[in-house]
Amino acid sequence: MNLNATLIAQTIVFFVLAWFTMKLVWPPIMKALDERASKIADGLAAAEKGKQNLASAESRAGDIDREARARAQEVIAAAEKRAAAIIEEAKLAAKTEGDRIIAGARSEVQQEATQLRDALRHQVAALAVAGAEKILRREVDTKVHESMLSELAREL
Amino acid sequence: MAAEGHAPTASEYVVHHLHHLAAGKQHGLFDITNVHYDTLFFSILTGLIVILFLRSVAKKATSGVPGRLQAAIEFLVEMVDGQAKSIIHGDRSFIAPMALTVFCWVVLMNAIDLLPVDWIPTLGHAMGFEYTRPLPTADLNGTLGIAIGVLMLMIYYNFKIKGVGGFIHELFCAPFGSNPILWIPNFALNLIEFISKTVSLGMRLFGNMYAGELIFFLIALLGGSATAFGFVGHILAGSVWAIFHILIVLLQAFIFMMLTLVYLGQAHEGH
Repeated sequence: MNLNATLIAQTIVFFVLAWFTMKLVWPPIMKALDERASKIADGLAAAEKGKQNLASAESRAGDIDREARARAQEVIAAAEKRAAAIIEEAKLAAKTEGDRIIAGARSEVQQEATQLRDALRHQVAALAVAGAEKILRREVDTKVHESMLSELAREL
Repeated sequence: MAAEGHAPTASEYVVHHLHHLAAGKQHGLFDITNVHYDTLFFSILTGLIVILFLRSVAKKATSGVPGRLQAAIEFLVEMVDGQAKSIIHGDRSFIAPMALTVFCWVVLMNAIDLLPVDWIPTLGHAMGFEYTRPLPTADLNGTLGIAIGVLMLMIYYNFKIKGVGGFIHELFCAPFGSNPILWIPNFALNLIEFISKTVSLGMRLFGNMYAGELIFFLIALLGGSATAFGFVGHILAGSVWAIFHILIVLLQAFIFMMLTLVYLGQAHEGH
């Protein structure tokens, strides 16, 4: 129990050390701690916001997807309708064209038949005249009886 | 070490190790002209190590991902700050750093006790110092010096928080009441309270460290007996006591810090 001036010196040392810590040690560490705490708080808030953004983006994407599907369905239906109409139109056009071709062919055939019939008639008339000539010989003058002969040919 | 020519006896060995490197001969209980150089040297050395170490960590402190060292210091700082926050209701801008300093400083001073008891005295002897007692907390001057610092802070905060009138009123009118007859007993009790707080704060740490140091001396004497039993006993007892002493080193520093905070917390609250 030898108390002496060491006691007083130790008290002064104590205050110097405490003062030093207060000025130069405590503030930087506390600042770092507070800054980190606020950084973590910001990070958590950002994460929460990101989560919300993701949810809203997902719901928006769902809306867009649904809309696109509906629209595609519409387009397909319209296209099908249009295709059916085009087919109908084509069928109609083809039928008209076919009818026209058939009609043309028919009239041509008719014409040809008429021509042939005329030619045949002439030939029959000629044959008849030739036959009659053979039968009548001289008695029939082609020139004299021309009108009669042509009438005959017409009648045949 | 002791008288030349023969090995020191057990008693000489212990007395030598308990002797301070003093400026002069001690006269009476309190001798202002005397000073213990070894206590001061090791107090200031450990104090400087503590504050410069803390400063080096604080200077590099980042609010980003902390390194292991920074995380450890932050853990310590948050522990001290948490304790201070729960005890001191008011401005902690000096008290919390002071508590941190006290804790770290006392831990390091106490930890000198874990060095083999002959190392530093032998080193001191080689450098020409007859006596070297390296453990500042086993010197009542060392611990009571800090306790007196705490007493000064107690008085300062009493004045600061309660005002001069408030503090004087409390000194004379608490705890018994404000009847003029009770003024003297109130004041006497408050005086005793302040003195006992300071003395118990200093004495508790001193007593624990002094006793621990003495047991290390005795264990070293066991080894010094140069017998097989003594050798094994020195290793066994020395290891066990040193491991247990780690607890005492930290616990006593923690108790010292906590009591400092509690006493200053009381200065912040009226009776």
